[in-house]
Amino acid sequence: MTRNRHPLFMPLILVGGLIFGFGLAYSHMARPEVVLDFLQFDDFGLPFVMFGAAIVSGIAFAVMPRIRDGAPLTGDRYERRLKPFDRNVLIGGAIFGVGWGLSGICPGAAYASLGIGNVTILWALVGMFAGAYLQGVWRSKRSAAESAPAGAD
Amino acid sequence: MLAELVALGQVVPAEPFPNGISRYAIGGLLVGLGAVVIYLGTGIAAGASTFLESTLSYVSDQSRFKQYRASRDWRVVFTLGIILGAAVYAVVWQGSTWTTDVQPWRLLIGGVLVGIGTRVGKGCTSGHGVCGVGSASRTSIVGVITFLTVAIVTAQFVQAMGVSP
Repeated sequence: MTRNRHPLFMPLILVGGLIFGFGLAYSHMARPEVVLDFLQFDDFGLPFVMFGAAIVSGIAFAVMPRIRDGAPLTGDRYERRLKPFDRNVLIGGAIFGVGWGLSGICPGAAYASLGIGNVTILWALVGMFAGAYLQGVWRSKRSAAESAPAGAD
Repeated sequence: MLAELVALGQVVPAEPFPNGISRYAIGGLLVGLGAVVIYLGTGIAAGASTFLESTLSYVSDQSRFKQYRASRDWRVVFTLGIILGAAVYAVVWQGSTWTTDVQPWRLLIGGVLVGIGTRVGKGCTSGHGVCGVGSASRTSIVGVITFLTVAIVTAQFVQAMGVSP
């Protein structure tokens, strides 16, 4: 994408990130211990964070397409976040679940954890980049193999 | 009857919200508000895990990462915003730095699996869990049920193995 962006595009992304990160820290989701406490049934707070956030975003996703055609800073249409379903959703979800259950850390919460001064979280961040890189190499090779002409004849 | 209640007590903690409930509810509303601010201005339903792949596109030529080049700049800004927002909380409310006691090997191995899983599974707790569920996306709802169930089983297993913290 080479189009010129609205001058307020990046500042707005930053403000959104600030509120998002503040909320993650305030909710204590940036603390792996609190996430693990939920997964081990010692603290039932986590669903209030995830579904509370989903309700707020859900209102915007439901209302905005009805009252405006496009977003002011990009002109992009207001749409919901819909991704196609295939077995990767189940396979990836299960792998993510093992990692989340082992560490108590997910991507957004890990960035926020760095913000609250948790330098130990760098172990998780290094791991996440390594994992994302591994799957990227594997899938790049697989898609190259798929698009290469079949050499049988 | 009493024995049943005691048994139930092992599943449902005596104090279901040891940190209180408002911290979670208010925090969740703010997380949603952050996503909404970006959506209102740009139409983007942002997730946090694509940052991993989009940022790798700066340093890797793997074809898989190329599709995220267009969004990589703003995803860096979004992530810096998340870190700074959490830092504001740390300065104003927390008072000092906070460090986890969860062992590094759990964070590292868990991080690798999170990195693979979110990218193969098309989203994480913010992309699927907040924006996807908010969109009433069936894919995201199935994704959330999958990773939530597996995470609970994993965490219970790790606890049963005596691993702590």
